[in-house]
Amino acid sequence: MSVVDRQEWDVVVVGAGGAGLRAAIEARERGARTAVICKSLFGKAHTVMAEGGIAAAMGNVNAGDNWQVHFRDTLRGGKFLNQWRMAELHAREAPERVWELETWGALFDRTEDGRISQRNFGGHEYPRLAHVGDRTGLELIRTLQQKVVALQQEDHRRTGDYESGLKVFQECTVTRVLKDGERVCGVFAYERETGRFFVLEAPAVVIATGGIGKSFKVTSNSWEYTGDGHALALLAGAPLVNMEFVQFHPTGMVWPPSVKGILVTESVRGDGGVLRNSDGKRFMFDYVPDVFKDKYAESEEEADRWYDDPDHNRRPPELLPRDEVARAINTEVKEGRGSPHGGVFLDVSTRMPAEVIRRRLPSMYHQFKELADVDITAEAMEVGPTCHYVMGGVAVDSDTAAARGVPGLYAAGEVAGGMHGSNRLGGNSLSDLLVFGRRAGRYAAEYAAGTAAARPRADDGQIGAAAAEALRPFSAPGESGEPDGGPPENPYALHQELQQTMNDLVGIIRRETEMKQALERLAELRRRAGRVGVEGHRQFNPGWHLALDLRNMLLVSECVARAALERTESRGGHTREDHPSMDRAWRRINLLCRLAGPSDGPAAGGPAAVDPARGRIALTRETTEPIRPDLLALFAKEELVKYLAEEELYE
Amino acid sequence: MATGTEPPPAARPHPRGGGVHTTTRAAIAARHLRTDRWWLAPAATAAGLLAFVVYSTWRAFAGADYYAAPYVSPFYSPCLAENCVPMKGGPNWEIFGAWWGLSPAIIILIFPLGFRLTCYYYRKAYYRGFWASPPACAVAEPHRRYTGETRFPLILQNLHRYFFYAAVPVAGILTYDTVLAFRDEHYAWGHMGLGTLVFLVNIVLIWAYTLSCHSCRHIVGGKLKHFSRHPVRYRMWRLVGKLNARHMQLAWASLLSVGLADLYVYLVASGVFDDPRFF
Amino acid sequence: MSGYEARFRVWRGDAGGGGLKDFTVEVNEGEVVLDIVHRLQATQAPDLAVRWNCKAGKCGSCSAEINGRPRLMCMTRMSVFGRDETITVTPLRAFPVIRDLVTDVGFNYAKARQVPAFVPPAGLGPGEYRMMQQDVDRPQEFRKCIECFLCQDTCHVVRDHEENKTAFAGPRFLMRVAELDMHPLDAAAETGLDRKSTAQEEHGLGYCNITKCCTEVCPEGIRITDNALIPLKERAVDRKYDPLVWLGSKIRRRPPAG
Repeated sequence: MSVVDRQEWDVVVVGAGGAGLRAAIEARERGARTAVICKSLFGKAHTVMAEGGIAAAMGNVNAGDNWQVHFRDTLRGGKFLNQWRMAELHAREAPERVWELETWGALFDRTEDGRISQRNFGGHEYPRLAHVGDRTGLELIRTLQQKVVALQQEDHRRTGDYESGLKVFQECTVTRVLKDGERVCGVFAYERETGRFFVLEAPAVVIATGGIGKSFKVTSNSWEYTGDGHALALLAGAPLVNMEFVQFHPTGMVWPPSVKGILVTESVRGDGGVLRNSDGKRFMFDYVPDVFKDKYAESEEEADRWYDDPDHNRRPPELLPRDEVARAINTEVKEGRGSPHGGVFLDVSTRMPAEVIRRRLPSMYHQFKELADVDITAEAMEVGPTCHYVMGGVAVDSDTAAARGVPGLYAAGEVAGGMHGSNRLGGNSLSDLLVFGRRAGRYAAEYAAGTAAARPRADDGQIGAAAAEALRPFSAPGESGEPDGGPPENPYALHQELQQTMNDLVGIIRRETEMKQALERLAELRRRAGRVGVEGHRQFNPGWHLALDLRNMLLVSECVARAALERTESRGGHTREDHPSMDRAWRRINLLCRLAGPSDGPAAGGPAAVDPARGRIALTRETTEPIRPDLLALFAKEELVKYLAEEELYE
Repeated sequence: MATGTEPPPAARPHPRGGGVHTTTRAAIAARHLRTDRWWLAPAATAAGLLAFVVYSTWRAFAGADYYAAPYVSPFYSPCLAENCVPMKGGPNWEIFGAWWGLSPAIIILIFPLGFRLTCYYYRKAYYRGFWASPPACAVAEPHRRYTGETRFPLILQNLHRYFFYAAVPVAGILTYDTVLAFRDEHYAWGHMGLGTLVFLVNIVLIWAYTLSCHSCRHIVGGKLKHFSRHPVRYRMWRLVGKLNARHMQLAWASLLSVGLADLYVYLVASGVFDDPRFF
Repeated sequence: MSGYEARFRVWRGDAGGGGLKDFTVEVNEGEVVLDIVHRLQATQAPDLAVRWNCKAGKCGSCSAEINGRPRLMCMTRMSVFGRDETITVTPLRAFPVIRDLVTDVGFNYAKARQVPAFVPPAGLGPGEYRMMQQDVDRPQEFRKCIECFLCQDTCHVVRDHEENKTAFAGPRFLMRVAELDMHPLDAAAETGLDRKSTAQEEHGLGYCNITKCCTEVCPEGIRITDNALIPLKERAVDRKYDPLVWLGSKIRRRPPAG
């Protein structure tokens, strides 16, 4: 094997979405030489898909807003399962992170008096989302991208080299986080374009790879969302937390089939869109759960008044948190009141003049016109739930974003778990990226600086093993010496089966028998994945890339299925038909997934891995730290009773 | 691949041909793969412009049949030479003496011609239609070198705004002509004929075209950094912007109308028919 | 409408050479060209290289040329073609090819770096920025850009003249200059950077002959030529070809317009 190219950096950031870029900017500004690796082109990250806005309690539109209210909304949305310290930091720091974007050139929509305009969104008590039409994610990613370029221009003036302090390796995939003993020492990656392997050595690695949606069939996520970061952390020895919580966004397109799952932004509802079933009924009024009864309107008249007079009316139930709306749509369709293509109707056409729709929801107008030939100013959209976001992720320290148990490993953004509890509020993801991206960058840079005396090194054995693992799909299965040979497996076919399995068996509504069945199928898929073979060569070969991503999707899917089977209650993004109610005893329990057995070598794919009962993931329960009293005091006692177990209340 | 820092693979410009046939690019022999009738638009543009050029050249050099009281051909207004046909009240001043032997149209046509020649829309039209630079989008142009508007003479296109400044008084005079057209052939006021209508339509289109000019849009407000501090200019800018979105249509419509106005005068002056009078 | 078999010609190859390969492939109702390319990958050509991400016209990754026209594959519905039509898909022809439908778009990233970044106004901290909606409308239109680089691809200045790539930033990045120049709080002028004249002197604005192909191909419908390039040309004229302004700037330093 040829010698693998090695480079030395202080901080390596995996992923160039909102969190990754924010981390990289922070690390570089704190003096760390920083490398960013991303699978796509720079500026194409999935963050661009975010539409609604960035939640930050700036109080520009309603002065009553502040971080405490935001914190409260976040905890309610997450059904009190959130890492409360993360939710606190998030609510406190989000406004600063948004304002900072303006100093980097971002142009948000404005209020009358020239401040950043804020819009309503599901689960947020006040208009809180800083936005740019319905393309806020694009604005965020472009601003961060341009800030990266600005820093590179600074470096260029100083050193003559644009990339001396901050470099983006685009279209490269990391397959392993490398370790020197307990500590992180870099990453092993390949260039998608050439298939060339390389190693970036660094004492600190920030994982910011986003989510896992591509394990599901109907998803709003792009191909990149194969759970790479989740798997990298697992394989590096870090635990994942609460992986059973997967958010199904209530409104994805359902027609035509090729775009099924593509997101219809929540702002459609925030700006006045309503959900109707095939009887023409605004059914959401029937689905307001007890914990939210006093916060939502009971009649259409009251709901409609709220848009103009939010202080004296309660909000429409279309703006309930996403999990509630998704379940309601699911029920309506199941009970035969769905739209022709298996969704429900989302209507703005009868609620706003066409011109207003085109101005406030330009990309939605465009998307439906172009992809479905539907004019949303004249007719209703058909929508249904789509896999959108994973609340679970790498278990991190709330303040530093450091992954537990692996010095030098950090995680931020969707890949990190805890912040959103069992269900994320719309708009909280973009602010999450910024708040914790910055924190991860900061603490990674500080940690890296502290290792200057004794930097960890990557040994050749590990690099060789990583290279061999990455090349395996090219060798015919017969040669790999497996006893149960058989023909090579097509990675595309395996991927489709995996997606179908997760969609059908670990989807929006879950049952014990189905999840057990899912674990069996996953074990079988793992076995077959060992025989994946690809044609062609290493240069830009999508079949090969998918074959490598399959490892990650299988690991992550197993985490989701195992944790979902274990949690015998329904809460947020985890709904059990056999345990339909929320159980206060479960509120304090986090489920941690760890890798069982060795992370590489022959045993990694061995008999234990294909045994559905054992698999590759070990699950442990952990009781969370009690919520700090001053934060608990933000809630009324009557509300806390609904969530907290007795003993917690009296502590 | 890092973000564009590795020196780009050295592109040898011409071994297999330039442009889309540069060696580093996808090896496709065809100059384009468009399957639609992409040539239709540039061909129509070229034909239309050519027809106007031929017609207007003939008319401008003719030096005759441009006045049929009360109508003066827009090509000859204002008429600034001694050899002009006398027009009562009409815009003719003998600024150019007897030494001017050419048609009086030449003197004044320079300004509208320059205005249209440097107009951002017409530039597009003739660069595409006559120069094939490019003939249509994603259709390779036949030229080996291209420097655009970076050097003489095309750098002079930057003078467009000065032609706009000149085009405004010319349009003013044509407006005056239109007012004069509310007379009858004996110069009595308060009358109207078909020619008056032709002139009215023409002057509206001329103004719309002139005001929808990109330079005008820039001058009235586009150059500002803060619209919020200049509410009046902001409103003007928006108004001009609305017209500007139709600049191409207005360019053609006004070209046609000015030609028709001239043709109308020619037909009446040469006695082909009499101007139908409404009152 | 039911499924049918469509004829596709897809360019396959790399920098060393290649050509159009014929395929017959199933098409179902409501599909776009990218769906068909994916079907080819999954069933006939597993190593067919193609870039894509969001599949909703928001990321600008799946740029290609379809029947000779620069387009996003995810936003080109199959229903716009006749069933008996052969659909040709090639990589962008203005950039070096890497493999199949994937090209090296590094040119664009290099150009992005040459445009000086937003200069924050001195004396305004985070949270103190005040901007009026009518002032941000203009730059916001340009910020809709998804960087699909179709405008860069179709622009004949570089598409047909490789040698112009050094001097010409292309529509996307001239639009970026316009965006910054129209940003209500950009303080470049205060630091001595005149974006208006550098547009022409350093970014090659003069090469643009406003033939509007950039506007024609823009999937976001941004009026690049009318709203960015021509206004920028006019601003350059203010600086460089307006004798009054020129004279004024010789006599005293002119405060920025507006």
